[in-house]
Amino acid sequence: MMPDNLLSALFPEGHMLSLGAENTFSGRAKSGGREVEVLGISGGTPLGPETAIILAGRVLGIVKSGSKAPIVFLIDTASQRMTRRDEMLGLNEYLAHLAKSIMLAGFEGHRTISVLYGTAAAGALIATALATQTMIAVDGAHPSVMDLPSIARVTKLSLDILTEKAKKTPVFAPGVEPLAATGAVTEIWSLSDGHCNERLSALLADEVTDGADIRDLLGASRGGRKVAAEVAKRVQEAFLQTIVSEKAR
Amino acid sequence: MIPENIMNEPSWYESSARARINGLLDAGSFSEILGPQDKIMSPHLALFDLPPAFDDGMIIGRGLIDGRPVAVAAQEGQFMGGTFAEVSGAKLVGLLRSVASAAGTSQAVSTVVLLLDTGGVRLQEANAGEMAVSETIRAVLDVRRAGVPVVALIGGRAGAFGGGGLVTACCSHIVISEQGRISVSGPEVIETNKGVEEFDSHDRALVWRITGGRSRVLLGGADSYVKGDISSFRQTAAQARNSAPSLSLETLEREQERLEQRLSSYGDCRDTPEIWTLAGLPTPDKIADLTEDEFISLLAKGGRRHDAR
Repeated sequence: MMPDNLLSALFPEGHMLSLGAENTFSGRAKSGGREVEVLGISGGTPLGPETAIILAGRVLGIVKSGSKAPIVFLIDTASQRMTRRDEMLGLNEYLAHLAKSIMLAGFEGHRTISVLYGTAAAGALIATALATQTMIAVDGAHPSVMDLPSIARVTKLSLDILTEKAKKTPVFAPGVEPLAATGAVTEIWSLSDGHCNERLSALLADEVTDGADIRDLLGASRGGRKVAAEVAKRVQEAFLQTIVSEKAR
Repeated sequence: MIPENIMNEPSWYESSARARINGLLDAGSFSEILGPQDKIMSPHLALFDLPPAFDDGMIIGRGLIDGRPVAVAAQEGQFMGGTFAEVSGAKLVGLLRSVASAAGTSQAVSTVVLLLDTGGVRLQEANAGEMAVSETIRAVLDVRRAGVPVVALIGGRAGAFGGGGLVTACCSHIVISEQGRISVSGPEVIETNKGVEEFDSHDRALVWRITGGRSRVLLGGADSYVKGDISSFRQTAAQARNSAPSLSLETLEREQERLEQRLSSYGDCRDTPEIWTLAGLPTPDKIADLTEDEFISLLAKGGRRHDAR
């Protein structure tokens, strides 16, 4: 199933995509006159080994081609698939392999952008959208780590109390806004305003060299993750001092 | 659970994160970074009336193994399940970034050793923890690209679950003991979501057949198998750096092939003895009953060795 509304909003200049196995799709599209690779998952499909290995194989194929074309990932998955069989086969390796493949594409000079248009949770969010350089949320996006009822079960708090606490802090609540506040989502777009194609072209034109991971700085400036960036920086300063004191010994 | 021949050795499984670091590094060589005296604590636990820890359950620093400088990070599985959270995650990410930027300089370390012992993301700070996992993965890959191997040691009580399972599989080399477990969704989570007939989390033998150290290393999900004492982990960690693959297109293409093959060979199996039967291992039903020495000799003959990670 192709997300037709999303495709026409992002790629009015045209696209050639075909459906693959396991609710995946892939192909090429034009954005701002530029050829881009498109790779997607649809239908809120839980991420199992089969889906992950198909997507990773496609990413590695693009990297191997040497084109350096940008890669746009369109994501509507779910959580990782929860079965005994998938865990027995090493689902952690399949999800990690997908995350590594997407990050490798970034290291090798491909601009990587994910557009979340459905759900993505827990390990599936880490293996897909969070592995790209830039994550965009559009209508229908619902990223989460775990839903509130499940958090309630684990923390042994009532759903009412948890919902109340979620109003005070973006640090654990599901949804686009709380995750954007922690630095996960770069921009939030509305499909109906007619500007998604321009926004995408602008992002693609923006020559991101795959430098530092600045999502913790983004989280600090938005107030959703106030201490992470500062703690990481203090560690880096202390790391250098540690060696100085080793040498002084 | 603890084999008799190592009964008197300090056990990795039973030890605290600090005791593991002390046993792993050359005596007196550990210098901790942002230790308990700095009191960098979680700002989020108070909202849940939970007591914080002075180190947030993450101990990081530098030290020596056999005289070689290493960076080390250890999760304390007994504090909040060793979870990835805003502070604990940022300490780990900061350490990995330090190593990547120090590579090739006089401040470089030879190896990063990650003593993972984690249930995954800390749900009380779920979004911050999720980001910490993603940033950790990115930083692990940056360290590997800088030519420094990252070695994961898995054998703690909390295992390596959730995002911890993904971080593990991003490392260059994975060392595991019989007690170690690696997985994404834990057995309890699968049982809660899909029912006891899908995964009975109280069946300990089943849990270990699916997620445990012996199954992981036989299938290729871990690279070295050690007896559960601290000195065995130390010895193997010291050697692991020599066989660590670089992070490159070629490595990931080999991993792609390895994981595709596993899926096509064993994708119809429901339990690991079926896999061992197909793989032609002797006594496929009795892998858990073998002594440590018997298992290690079986592994030498029938295990999957690869550098595709």
